[in-house]
Amino acid sequence: MSPAPGRPGLLTPLELVGILTVAVVLVAVPFVAAPFQTITLCYGLVFAIAALGFNLLLGYTGLLSFGHSAYFGTGAYVTALLVKYLGWTSMEAFVVAGIVTSAAVAGLFGLVCVRYTRIFFGILTLALSQVLWSLALKLFWVTGGTDGLRVPTPRLFLGALTPAEDKLAFLAYRYYYYVLFLFGISVAVMWLVVHSPFGKALQAIRDNETRAEFVGVQVRRYRWIAFVVSGAFTGLAGTLWVPLNGLTTPDVLYWPFSGRIVFFVVLGGFKTFWGPILGALAYNYLETYAVGFTVYWQLVLGIVLVLLVLTMPQGLAGTLDALIRRWRKPALT
Amino acid sequence: MDTLLIQTLNSLFYASILFLIASGLSLVYGVMRIVNMAHGNLYAFGAYVAAWVVGLATDRLHWTLLFVLLLSGALAAAAAGALLEPTLLRPLYTRAEEYQLLMTFGLLLILEDVMRLVWGPHPLTASAVSDTLASMSIMGVTYPAYNLFVIVVGGVAAVALWAFVYRTRFGVMLRATSQDMRMASALGINVKRVYVQAFTLGCFMAGLGGAVVMPISGAVLGMGIDALILAFVVVVIGGLGSLEGALVGALIVGFVRTLGITYFAEIELAVLYLIAAVVLFVRPAGLFARA
Repeated sequence: MSPAPGRPGLLTPLELVGILTVAVVLVAVPFVAAPFQTITLCYGLVFAIAALGFNLLLGYTGLLSFGHSAYFGTGAYVTALLVKYLGWTSMEAFVVAGIVTSAAVAGLFGLVCVRYTRIFFGILTLALSQVLWSLALKLFWVTGGTDGLRVPTPRLFLGALTPAEDKLAFLAYRYYYYVLFLFGISVAVMWLVVHSPFGKALQAIRDNETRAEFVGVQVRRYRWIAFVVSGAFTGLAGTLWVPLNGLTTPDVLYWPFSGRIVFFVVLGGFKTFWGPILGALAYNYLETYAVGFTVYWQLVLGIVLVLLVLTMPQGLAGTLDALIRRWRKPALT
Repeated sequence: MDTLLIQTLNSLFYASILFLIASGLSLVYGVMRIVNMAHGNLYAFGAYVAAWVVGLATDRLHWTLLFVLLLSGALAAAAAGALLEPTLLRPLYTRAEEYQLLMTFGLLLILEDVMRLVWGPHPLTASAVSDTLASMSIMGVTYPAYNLFVIVVGGVAAVALWAFVYRTRFGVMLRATSQDMRMASALGINVKRVYVQAFTLGCFMAGLGGAVVMPISGAVLGMGIDALILAFVVVVIGGLGSLEGALVGALIVGFVRTLGITYFAEIELAVLYLIAAVVLFVRPAGLFARA
């Protein structure tokens, strides 16, 4: 969020080197890691897209949504319903449909939600997301109820790549690259959004709503656009998540899932651009290993969250940042 | 006519449980400006403790004493509240409210698994309490007597809470702190103590709700998460921080839910959330908002 002063929007050489290194590592993972590791990372990348979208609201606009499960779930359920009722198999079609419908749902909910801020915004987003959850739960003849809906492996790149191989290899190789590709695009788009004049206006709204209004920012309208963009990113994540999971249940629409998205972002640090991505990846490993290690994984996560709030409110990225600054300070003076 | 009476009683039964949960949530918000996401799990905690204590005592004590033992759930939840507020919430009052929300979300996760750890994954039941009462006949309709007991508990709790907040010295301090914490502090009120007491009282109400519902529904994992969201609907309709609002909200949700189960079961929950959203849209601070 805060690149070198005087050069807004540009990456510092250090950041550029960092990004390239991470990109090389991410591309290399399927060659060196076991399929299980690659798939775990793939889940992490999907969650990172959701976290990026969520942070446009929390980190850049100053709105804490507790209903982002609605958009993730919309992306997931739209894909599953297209498979079930229209027999679609193309992943590109799912991606477009997922983004469009979740943006539409966010547009509708946003009309109501952006009129408020702070706690009322949180509760309103929560209440509206639960409308969708209860419908997915109760209209079982459409949505399968608690059993959810199954989604087979889709065809990628307009059917150029058919899922002929076995599912595990497909997910750990082709699908991983597919997700990585869209993850890269998402990061680039979000980077452009937050460094555009629109992104700056959002930050002005976050820092001082009244002043932003005085300099001519249409606060409510900008908040609404941010809400829709945020929902679309989270919806894309939901769409990408379904083939990975093979199944979507009402759990992804239930409000604790929204809490999980909040967790990603706070764990990583919502005051930085990269924090939410780091947080989503870290959370995913934390949960995967906590679930494998103990049935009391919620206890582990809860304790981590409590400690985080008490001792590291800036999250992983913020703490890392502070450490680097402390380390570099003597060299600068 | 008979169905109408039964439906009304069912609604009142449901409303009194909801009031017990929501009044605590609202009280805590009103005084401390914290939305306690762990509130539902304190309700579940009350249910577990009550089920455990009553289960231990079932064959040893006279059945009337079992009703007294239901209070154990409320007291346990209150004790948990008295412990949690000074240790985990107090450090956060000067921070942004996002952190307070996250802290209580973390507590929710912890409490959920602590209950699983202590009492195992299976539901805990102690129906001895409700079984002893069997059914009774009111105006020609037979109705489970225990449900009437719950309605009475809800009503008594509402009156007692009202008297406590509006008719006692402590209530005056509570309302003063709620209106202007700094002014109250300047006038010599020990705000820290009021906060602990308010939070403890809020948890007591949640625990009481869990304890009285336990003989009917048992103590189940996940009950807190389900209850919290309905309590949210209640306080959003009534107005966060208002006790009258919690009562009216609980009655509205109770009646709508009973109607919903009979006439539009599939969209019953969706209708409730939509009502909450509409109320929030039209009157953001709820029906009984205090300026």
